[in-house]
Amino acid sequence: MPAVEVSHVFKSYADKVAVEDLSFSVEPGEIFGLIGPNGAGKTTTIRMMLDIIKPDSGEVTILGKKLDEAAKNSLGYLPEERGLYKKLRVMDSIIYLASLKGMNPAAAEKKAEALLAQMDMLASRRKKIDELSKGMSQIIQLIVTIIHDPQLVVLDEPFSGLDPVNTELIKNMLIELRKQGKAVILSLHQMNQVEELSDRILMVNKGKAVLYGNLKEIKAQYRHNAVLLDYEGQLGEVPGVAEKKEHKGYIELVLDKTTTPRQLLERLVSRGIVINRFEIATPPLNEIFLKVVGNDHE
Amino acid sequence: MNKTYLIFNHEFRTTLRRVGFIVMTFIVPLIALLAIGAYHVISGAVKPSVKITDIGYVDKVGGFSNFTSQGNIVLVPYASTDEANQALSAKAIKEYFVISPQYMQYGLLNYYTLEKQLTPPQATLTAIKNFLTGNLLADKVPNTTIALVEESLNVVATRLTDSGAVSPEQGGIGNLLIPGIFSLLLVLSITFASSYLIQGLGDEKENRLIEVLLSSVSVRQLIIGKVLGLGAAGLLQVLVWVISAPLLLGLASSSIGGFFASLKVTPGFMILCLTYFILGYLLFAMISTAIGAMSPSAREGQQFATLFTLPAIAPLWFSSTILLFPNSPVWVVFTIFPITAPVVLMLRLGATDVAAWQIIVSILVILLSITGGMLLTARIVRTYLLMYGKRPSLGEIVRNLRNG
Repeated sequence: MPAVEVSHVFKSYADKVAVEDLSFSVEPGEIFGLIGPNGAGKTTTIRMMLDIIKPDSGEVTILGKKLDEAAKNSLGYLPEERGLYKKLRVMDSIIYLASLKGMNPAAAEKKAEALLAQMDMLASRRKKIDELSKGMSQIIQLIVTIIHDPQLVVLDEPFSGLDPVNTELIKNMLIELRKQGKAVILSLHQMNQVEELSDRILMVNKGKAVLYGNLKEIKAQYRHNAVLLDYEGQLGEVPGVAEKKEHKGYIELVLDKTTTPRQLLERLVSRGIVINRFEIATPPLNEIFLKVVGNDHE
Repeated sequence: MNKTYLIFNHEFRTTLRRVGFIVMTFIVPLIALLAIGAYHVISGAVKPSVKITDIGYVDKVGGFSNFTSQGNIVLVPYASTDEANQALSAKAIKEYFVISPQYMQYGLLNYYTLEKQLTPPQATLTAIKNFLTGNLLADKVPNTTIALVEESLNVVATRLTDSGAVSPEQGGIGNLLIPGIFSLLLVLSITFASSYLIQGLGDEKENRLIEVLLSSVSVRQLIIGKVLGLGAAGLLQVLVWVISAPLLLGLASSSIGGFFASLKVTPGFMILCLTYFILGYLLFAMISTAIGAMSPSAREGQQFATLFTLPAIAPLWFSSTILLFPNSPVWVVFTIFPITAPVVLMLRLGATDVAAWQIIVSILVILLSITGGMLLTARIVRTYLLMYGKRPSLGEIVRNLRNG
């Protein structure tokens, strides 16, 4: 059963169509990247998934059913722009928001203490939110998002404003959530982080899906039959190589239409060339993103 | 645990912790206590004067020679105004007056003093009046009659019920005062509550916490929890006032007496007071929620809310007209119009017996407004709570409400 199933969803506001015939699903145990330029309809899609706004038509199911109160307890959401009750203490904030997710206050306090300790923030439990730094406040919000052990976690730009240490901490936490079989939806602008973390992606532009599927398969689709090579010795002319591009520390060999990377590898080995790196060149997601969206991006 | 209850509990506790709410709740009984205390301090410090004051007079008519001792005031005759002036300059007398033929014809007295006064002191005027009356009536009527004339009229009014029994509600100025004070407190309370709600929603909207809340609870749970939480805080506030009112009145009447002894807070009034407080709170909380959802910021929301709080306050400006003509059809209409109903009804209750049907219709209309308002507010919240930094036009709001 998919954690999320969005089927032919439409949403328009007075002056524009925000989402047009969007369909996708997210499975348990995967990190799903939702990407697209600003105003592409990512946040509207997330809000419809979470029943914050209603779609004009189409259907959204969460954990196999329409989102009801019980299902809301099974999801955690971290919006892009974040805030908490400034005058409330850290522990009170966590307990209140966790109890709105159906958690018992005593259990919420115990779990909050464990998570705060994990984040090295236990000393701040009695501080008021407005006494925390922006990064610390974001950590508290992330704790609020996952404290109730949700089956579906939706994070909108979770790394914005975080320092490298906290970014790494959260990345590890997301990987751990995936290991636990949770479905994680990441809405991100930074393509390198999408590549690093996502199993599958949905790229939206102007409310429509432009790329959807397994990240490796998508990258393979956009591959331009080239390999990246770091070697020792004399390369000379290699049959099947149409073009050589020098890069710092490696060379990119663009193959002709009849040669496969395997054939090239065999030819290089037979020539006695010492190979330190042999990698099938796949374009970075950023390049694919620009290729797909670039011409159509306002 | 029920999520509506959780939001209710959070809003209730947050409101109770607000400094403005605490001040507003306790300042009213505190001021009354301070006033009673101040009365005792002042009345203890300022003992009634036992000093004999001499007031001079020049009798140009003749025959005003008796009754010169009027309590602590002694009236001293002078043969001429020159003599009286000299005595005044020498501070032998505090002031003097001249009884001329004009007095006998027109009741006109000339009064001279060294002090800057708006009017002569009441004690002086009473002494002069009684001195003149005594002399004018001497030998014509018995002294007891003179004493009776000098006393001010003392009327004891008793209101009867249709069956001829003494009514538990006696009317009079005392009855105007309590509803007047309560209507003022209600308006203040509603204005503060409305401001808290708009501020709270504005903050949640500005820091996007609203999205986290809406991913946990439904719009209806959010609205009902917020409105009831604030309503409960308001109820607690009015309970403090209603409970402290009879205690303070009892304290005031036993220690000060007089006018305060005539003030009564009847159970019927208390019940109506509580009912209209609760209904008024719920209605304005609903309106404030809708305004908070539509406004781009808390500050703009507060300004917009004035459009609704002003009509609630407005009846107080016309309180004298309401008290003079409490049964005018205009006030009957405003008793039924939900926004003005709480204040108008309370003011009218002080001046007249409001017909039971008007109270029932008024309560029904407010209840209907709250129910209808709840449905509309849910739509408004869903549509506008996530629109940041954008102020919807009136046409847009109507269109969105129609489309749902």
